Amino acid sequence: MGRDLTLLARYAEGLFWMARYVERVENMARLVDVTQTFESPGREAESWLALIRINADEKGFAKRGQAPTADAVKRFYLLDRDNPTSVPASLELARTNARTLRPLISTEMWSQLNAFHRDMTNIDESALHGDRLSRLCARLKEGVQTHTGITEGTFFRDQGWLFYQLGRQIERADQTTRLLDIRYHLLVPAGGGEALRVAELTQWGGVLRAAAGYHAFRRVAPAGFTRSDVVSFLLTDPHFPRSVALCVEKIEWFLGRLRSRWGLRGTVAALERVEELRGGLMGRPVDAIMADGLHHFLDGVQRDLILLAGEIGTAFFRDWRPLAEGAQTQGQTQG
Amino acid sequence: MQQVVPDPFGSYRPGPYFCELTTDRAGDGGAAAAVRARIGAIGLDALRARAAAAENDLINLGITFTVYSDANAIDRILPFDCIPRILTAAEWRVLEAGVKQRVAALNLFLHDIYHDRRIVKEGLIPGELVFGNPNYRPEMENFPVRFGTYVHICGTDIVRDREGHFLVLEDNARTPSGVSYVVENRHLMSRTFPDLMAGMRLRPVDDYGRNLLSAMAEIAPEGVDDPQVVLLSPGIYNSAYFEHVFLAREMGVPLVEGADLFVEHDKVWMRTTGGRQPVHTIYRRLGDDFLDPTVFRPDSLLGVPGLIGAWRRGNVALANAVGTGVADDKAVYAYMPRLIRFYLDEDPILSNVETHICREKEGLAFTLDNLDKLVVKPVGESGGYGITIGPRATSEELEHARAALLDDPSNWISQPVVSLSVAPTLTDDGIRPRHLDLRPYAVTGRTTWVLPGGLSRVALKEGSLVVNSSQGGGSKDTWVLADDGAVGEAR
Repeated sequence: MGRDLTLLARYAEGLFWMARYVERVENMARLVDVTQTFESPGREAESWLALIRINADEKGFAKRGQAPTADAVKRFYLLDRDNPTSVPASLELARTNARTLRPLISTEMWSQLNAFHRDMTNIDESALHGDRLSRLCARLKEGVQTHTGITEGTFFRDQGWLFYQLGRQIERADQTTRLLDIRYHLLVPAGGGEALRVAELTQWGGVLRAAAGYHAFRRVAPAGFTRSDVVSFLLTDPHFPRSVALCVEKIEWFLGRLRSRWGLRGTVAALERVEELRGGLMGRPVDAIMADGLHHFLDGVQRDLILLAGEIGTAFFRDWRPLAEGAQTQGQTQG
Repeated sequence: MQQVVPDPFGSYRPGPYFCELTTDRAGDGGAAAAVRARIGAIGLDALRARAAAAENDLINLGITFTVYSDANAIDRILPFDCIPRILTAAEWRVLEAGVKQRVAALNLFLHDIYHDRRIVKEGLIPGELVFGNPNYRPEMENFPVRFGTYVHICGTDIVRDREGHFLVLEDNARTPSGVSYVVENRHLMSRTFPDLMAGMRLRPVDDYGRNLLSAMAEIAPEGVDDPQVVLLSPGIYNSAYFEHVFLAREMGVPLVEGADLFVEHDKVWMRTTGGRQPVHTIYRRLGDDFLDPTVFRPDSLLGVPGLIGAWRRGNVALANAVGTGVADDKAVYAYMPRLIRFYLDEDPILSNVETHICREKEGLAFTLDNLDKLVVKPVGESGGYGITIGPRATSEELEHARAALLDDPSNWISQPVVSLSVAPTLTDDGIRPRHLDLRPYAVTGRTTWVLPGGLSRVALKEGSLVVNSSQGGGSKDTWVLADDGAVGEAR
């Protein structure tokens, strides 16, 4: 096996974005699921509007010219192919990237994604109603998890794998900050005192469940946990796969492998961004972060992740198209 | 008690045509009879269920081509017919030798017209047919290619008349497609119909990629030890993208698009995560016009600026070479028997279909007089477009063809309607005869190798003679029997 395992820059970028779009589908399903759980009777629309806000989709939604009802928001995220942040749009882009990657990825990865895309872009309005919505979210999550499993079991572990993982971890970290942010936009039920405290904790429990972290959290959290325990868990826990800190640690490791195993120079700028991200996360107690405003902090983490993706793009993908197109941004499509 | 299944071939009537599975042939070792019996044992219902599962497999695997209609791009599978077509070892020996002979003549012809032009000087072919051909590339004049090979990959379209004789319908010397289906059909067949194949001694089709890669390595610039081969594709929106993926994978080389390559100091490089890497051979699936915007179409974004310069400096090899389109032109086709005799001093092993050249007076007159009996084809088109089949045309269509002929005679040739052979094909009405052709694939570097069998394309519409995938054709697995011995027992 003489030939060096080189990787086309275009393939590296395709893998990075395929992973991001697939991951985004799972997280959107989690967000929708938790939003439905939080619907307060009589005020459904307000709960669903929170979803629009945490995805920073106010403008895109307004362009639809629809009243912000629960149904309209569900359609916007689950059926509307023209909304770039919707599930069908993410699946379309994931599949388009997979198509450019077909020489590289396993046949099983391609055929699962191809069938998943076909099934999930053929759903209609009736899938959004009643108990079917929750089942739809379960199918979306399972489809992504199937993809992840097939990828883990079949995808060749050369540098392409590392770019794939970088995309996945950056997206996952970003989505965890959005999931956390949903609490900021949620309505606190009327009343006060003990009733308020319990209602709040119920909502935080919901956030944890949406992140598939409730069980793990109960293992590490004190019996009478507070909201800062939840925030701390999702931001900084060193063992939970969706915590921002663990994502950042993995990103650092994958970047390091690119350099040590594959001899890729140019990881320096990206690694500096990782340092900053970690400093921001671990440098201060969570209580202090929350005192300054969690929403503001999460915004900053999201910005840093965008800059990190930009550095990776500049270092490794830049060569195949003009730099002038600028740094990567969250909604950027490849191809 | 055993269930009585009606024989699915009970009502099969091939009519006056040669049938690939029911006409008696020497030397098939009982293979055709065995296939018929095994299909009988499977029964029509089970056959349909398995065929549907097989097609579903193709969709999920994305073994598709893209059809563009108006603004829509639709991914379609090439319909797969599960009843195989069988070629005996003896038939294949003739086909293989005939294809090799034709490829040799095509390469000698191309070398000649881009160098000494003996064939024109000696008056065997009109000069304007060659030099006035839009696919003739002056850039190629006196340009050396390794081993004199211009056509590295060739697809030869072959049909069979009522007597079972093979006739060449056309040569595809530019970028013939379809070979991926040959290999994928075989895989599909062994997954879905292992019982049909049991005990059959068939020539394998799996080593196409290996043979292609060694040819691509052979033609790399001299002095390069371990040449980097790439496949250059127009990208995911090309209708044959799946095939590009397939070929890159089978060769184990990168599938690149124009933007992945660049030329510096007349050398070709590809852009990788670790910086640039040299490229030595390009199997390109782009037409000549799109290869290099600085030489050909300036508006093409698919190619690589400077590529032709690098090629002319001998720093990179292109397969197929530029300018091969002049050899597979339908007008030049008419001269192929003469070319074979001229260059090889041999009789053609495979005959041409009788062809009337409308640029020649007699050819035009004959064509106009017999329009209702002839197939009229434009010389520069592929994909079955622009063809008028006289006996089936309305009087309006005939008048339309007549006007087109008179308007530009040199754009047309005509041929008698060839009675294409048929093969049993699974249809909604049961197993019925459908016309088909055969496209073997020849790979040439230093020498020529032919993939055993080739693509059998079936016209799925009753009575239709048009087998092209873009016009409702399907395909069959094509079996070449490895020897003349008897079929083994099914296990």
